Amino acid sequence: MNVLQIIAIVFALFAISRVILRMRDKKLTPGEFFFWTLIWLGLLGVVFFPSLTSRLANLIGIGRGIDLIIYGSIAILFYLLFRIYVKIEEIEQEITKVVREISIIKKKK
Amino acid sequence: MGDKLYIVIPAYNEEKTIGKVLNSLKKAGYKNVVVVDDGSQDKTPVIVRKLNVPLLRHIINRGQGAALKTGIEYALLKEADIIVTFDADGQFLVKEIRKVVEPITNKDAEAVLGSRFLGEARNIPFSKKIVLSIGKIVVRILYGIKVTDSQIGFRAFSRKAAETIDIKSNRMEHAGEIMGEIVRNSLRYKEVPVTIIYTSYSKKRGQSWKDSLKLGIKMLLRRMMR
Repeated sequence: MNVLQIIAIVFALFAISRVILRMRDKKLTPGEFFFWTLIWLGLLGVVFFPSLTSRLANLIGIGRGIDLIIYGSIAILFYLLFRIYVKIEEIEQEITKVVREISIIKKKK
Repeated sequence: MGDKLYIVIPAYNEEKTIGKVLNSLKKAGYKNVVVVDDGSQDKTPVIVRKLNVPLLRHIINRGQGAALKTGIEYALLKEADIIVTFDADGQFLVKEIRKVVEPITNKDAEAVLGSRFLGEARNIPFSKKIVLSIGKIVVRILYGIKVTDSQIGFRAFSRKAAETIDIKSNRMEHAGEIMGEIVRNSLRYKEVPVTIIYTSYSKKRGQSWKDSLKLGIKMLLRRMMR
């Protein structure tokens, strides 16, 4: 086992512990909990059985396992970025609503 | 005509011009004016209070679209029948309010948009012309409405139109969004020529072409997400 693998394992375990804690705080929905657990368990799986990725990649028609991981990661990152963008827009609109209400309430006084 | 007319003025750091604008409105006999101060850091709110004009204050800056909507909502609460939006920077002529309101009192339209291209805009800078005509095309493509001037703050709405038009964007994209709302709610609209006075002050305050580019991209994103 090389250093990179050990780091990856430690990181994945740390991330999973965070996911469980967040779930306990009810900050994550069951769907999100499932998604993130899957991601980090996937990392563990890849660390222990690197050949797994190559087989999976071949199955889909991509040459190397590492390529599959990179393609997949980029897709996921873009999706999450989009989600965050939408979320920020929502928050912006909510802030505006609050500011608007305050201005109108103050005026009525 | 017994229509209750409300004039909504969004203002952000307009201490240099707001007093003059409010005074000329007063002189012209417009009684129902409301200023929405969008979190100005200068003396704008002080000046408005001194002139005894109703003032709504955003505690933090939320953008012109947000300020407009606040003012419109307030005017609706005050049972306005017609709502005119007017800029605080002194670019519009008070005497032209009548012209913008007319199609609504005559029941020719629910929404009236001022247009500086139909009118006798005074010395529009050349770069501004180019940016505006691109804006026109973008609005045409994204919202399917053909107007000669999409980015103007001089508008009038009937109560019905004001109630149905929903401005979600906080920043400058609201101009395009209002067009989209007019189409979506199939409101009858009309363009009316208005004069715009470009002074060195207003030129400095206006949007740069970089802002306009950002605006275009945001409009596109927003459109895709709907």
